[in-house]
Amino acid sequence: MELTPDDATLIAAIQDGLPLTPQPYADVARQLDWTEDEVVERIRALTDSGVISRFGVIVRHHELGYRANAMVVWDVPDDAVADAAATLIRLPYVTLCYRRRRLPPTWPYNLFCMIHGRDRTLVESLAAEASHAAGLGDCPNAVLFSGRRFKQRGARYGTRPSAPRHQKEAAL
Amino acid sequence: MMDDTDRQLINALQGGFPLCDRPFQDVARRLDIDENDVITRVQRLVDDGVLSRFGPLYDVTAFGGAVTLAAIAVPEDRFEDVTDTVNAYPEVAHNYARDHRLNMWFVVSAEDPTRIAEVLADIAMKTGLKVLDMPKTEEYFLDLRLRA
Repeated sequence: MELTPDDATLIAAIQDGLPLTPQPYADVARQLDWTEDEVVERIRALTDSGVISRFGVIVRHHELGYRANAMVVWDVPDDAVADAAATLIRLPYVTLCYRRRRLPPTWPYNLFCMIHGRDRTLVESLAAEASHAAGLGDCPNAVLFSGRRFKQRGARYGTRPSAPRHQKEAAL
Repeated sequence: MMDDTDRQLINALQGGFPLCDRPFQDVARRLDIDENDVITRVQRLVDDGVLSRFGPLYDVTAFGGAVTLAAIAVPEDRFEDVTDTVNAYPEVAHNYARDHRLNMWFVVSAEDPTRIAEVLADIAMKTGLKVLDMPKTEEYFLDLRLRA
């Protein structure tokens, strides 16, 4: 869908977060000179159309105690990827599962998962369990733990010239 | 330090935030605590960095944009410099060091899909390093909620 100028205005107004006040939508409305209903209905429409994929809190997993975060990847024959993914996404500790293109010889892997856990040993065993469960035991794989995090935030939009510019978030 | 109420609050809020006149009151009732207590706790969790943000998460692909995952094999002694170069782009949403020869992994997203290739080419030119571009070809699952 195409964003309207009103959508862009609203996105720019709330993307750093809602005001932490008893009536946050009314406060945003006042700032934009809209009604509270207009703000609420526009957010609802953006959520229904998928522009807002989630509305609520964005947690920093490290601060929540998820110190071990691994990107687990496999090189799966193309005709077996969908079935393997169907199994992986049912595992409670898998938070993301994507197919991506291979870039051989540097990067032969085409199936990606994220597994978050409280420590590295646990995540390693979960990765092994996931491999086994999805029938990927014979596929080349790698477990890439994250080290330092340099930047973690959602992507930022509403930054086209038509929309108000907002402060750039400092890199973490 | 987080207490049990903080954890319940985070778990409740990850499921979504009510669209009504007094959303914090709505959440407070569900947790059987006071509206002001909810607001104070959310403020503290944001200040402490447990929550990076309180509000919407956008899907740029729903309005014509694009996202990719990129990786670079960065020589160890250049890691800081290359990090600064990469993170300077507003299109870079997050960037993680990972223990692999490809040791820097970052997500690039832009409302204008042509910006993705521009940013990656620009980073390659500035750093002199090869940038691998791995857009997703299929999304099977994405649920970033984590139990607090």
